[in-house]
Amino acid sequence: MSAWLESALARAKENISSLSVNTPASPLLALQKNSLALLEGATWPNRKVEAWKYTSLYSLGEQSFSRDATTTPIAPAIDGVEFIDITFAENQWQLNDAANLPTGLSIELLSQATSLPEGFNTIKPERHLFGQINDCLLSDVLIIRVDCGVDIQTPIRLHLENSDGQEQQARAFIALGEAAKLTVVESLMGSEQGLTVLFSEFDVQASAALSHYRFQLQIADSYCVGGAHFKLGEKSQLDSQIVGFGSKLSRLDVDVIHAGEHAFVKMNAIYLLDGEEHFDLHTCLEHAMPHGTSEENVRCIVADCSQAVFNGRIHIHRDAQKSLAEMNNRNLLLSRRAQINTKPELEIYADDVKCAHGATVAEVNQEAVYYLMSRGISRGDALVMLNFGFINELVDQMPNQAIAQWLRPQLRDRFAAMKAE
Amino acid sequence: MLEITNLEASVETKQILKGLNLSIKAGEVHAIMGPNGAGKSTLGYVLSGREGYEINGGKALLNDVNLLDLDAEERARAGLFLAFQYPVEIPGVSNLEFLKAAVDAHREARGEESISSKEFLKEAKLACKQVNLPIAFLKRGVNEGFSGGEKKRNEIMQMIMLKPTLCILDETDSGLDIDALQVVAEGVNSQRSADRSFIVVTHYQRLLDYIKPDFVHVLADGKIVKSGGPELALELEEQGYAWLDGESA
Repeated sequence: MSAWLESALARAKENISSLSVNTPASPLLALQKNSLALLEGATWPNRKVEAWKYTSLYSLGEQSFSRDATTTPIAPAIDGVEFIDITFAENQWQLNDAANLPTGLSIELLSQATSLPEGFNTIKPERHLFGQINDCLLSDVLIIRVDCGVDIQTPIRLHLENSDGQEQQARAFIALGEAAKLTVVESLMGSEQGLTVLFSEFDVQASAALSHYRFQLQIADSYCVGGAHFKLGEKSQLDSQIVGFGSKLSRLDVDVIHAGEHAFVKMNAIYLLDGEEHFDLHTCLEHAMPHGTSEENVRCIVADCSQAVFNGRIHIHRDAQKSLAEMNNRNLLLSRRAQINTKPELEIYADDVKCAHGATVAEVNQEAVYYLMSRGISRGDALVMLNFGFINELVDQMPNQAIAQWLRPQLRDRFAAMKAE
Repeated sequence: MLEITNLEASVETKQILKGLNLSIKAGEVHAIMGPNGAGKSTLGYVLSGREGYEINGGKALLNDVNLLDLDAEERARAGLFLAFQYPVEIPGVSNLEFLKAAVDAHREARGEESISSKEFLKEAKLACKQVNLPIAFLKRGVNEGFSGGEKKRNEIMQMIMLKPTLCILDETDSGLDIDALQVVAEGVNSQRSADRSFIVVTHYQRLLDYIKPDFVHVLADGKIVKSGGPELALELEEQGYAWLDGESA
């Protein structure tokens, strides 16, 4: 047991007892009691636990955070994109302009609702330890719904910022009705040392299309944990773009379940690490129904003493015939002391499927550095250019190019600061 | 313009250049020929500052600046350009982005402002046309998926954009068919001027039919062993290098 988990359990009990007294009718109560029971039987994972083999929780376990977040998060302006912004401040979601939502879109808090939204907490798998903790500690849930057939053109942005020495536990549930369309940007920014946890569930119903971004742009000594979990109905589409840098410890669990036939997933992830940063991405693609397609591309650059972990699981269920799944993980090492642990896992029970996976780890091509330098470009600029080239292919694929355009200079700055050898 | 004296260089422990002397005046074209392993490519690499070569002695002054004291990028900015025998492919970095960074680095070194995108694009398109490269190539990754001939033309295209004072063409003719050879040669010839010099490294006289040299040198065993006019290339074509053994004996 760790100091942090002990304090989390104590807070969870406190939370539940106050809920039982103050709002005994709260639809959250049963869920929280259940998760607490699970947690009480749980142990703080060490490196012998497969899901945490390459990520030590020691440093987080020793932390103590307070819950009085004082930062007022301000979502950055992005040229060419208007957002519906929802920020997380003082442990609560804040919708800035609730009155002017487009028709067919509803945004509310669970505390204002009478019942849990259908499907809530069924998309996020029970196995995630931090998910269980989040269940127990969440004070409210942001619920976003798009009506059937409605195409919401304005992207919704959930913005969270670390607050110094503070812990934030946030939760969101997003449901797209049949043939609905929506873009959701999860923006987890860290300019202060703290712990930010966001778990979100997405219920994408038949023929709906979700464009999803998750940016975890953190500083070196922050902590950022969470998950994004998707359930895909028949002929639905998911485009997910994940970008992360910074953090003493980041752990992101992504689960996608093909719950209807002919669903399509494209997922790209980029992470760039420096110093002693650590980023761990676990993805799990569950092909439970036939004719599903998944394309996953993960690229990672590690400098100095940083560590990257990628665990990509593809699980093709027995009846998921004609599934197509492709997973590719490419890594670039800028230093001999940096570490990459990559593990593709394919578990296939259907016999008529097409699956492929590949993982590579390489160093900067010195031949290319020399070539660029021989044209007058400095070594530093050459390295930035080559690193950027390595990931720009994925940035180019972002469906919203205004967002990509906003991201590029930040990635360049990031590369310029990264310590290459 | 270029004054190389007693240049000695080695890779690991093997000495490749063994006291090479070469003097090139502004506007001249010098061809360097010689047997395999004589050190022809090494000369280009050593002058351009490739890592892994140790300089054991000598000087290489380009307009009175000793190139050997400079980093690779400073040599380029000082006016040196090496057209590679095997240009490297760099996926993800567009030709356009790469070239603009290179042009701007040269301008910055001269204390000039960076080139406007519009002006740059105009020049780049013109340069593409000159070497018969489709303009669409500008948007592709540097040399990515280019054929051998396209890579060589891309080298000349870069040379046209960067306006160097000393160009070293390292076996630019290797792997080119006659048509591509002519295009490349025309590109080079269009850049000949009173203040620009060339070192053309080649195995074959054929290239020198198109790019007429003022001098021809034979590089063997790390040294220039014979120099002459264009007629020397014809002699070599006829006789090969067997006579070298006799001469050095």
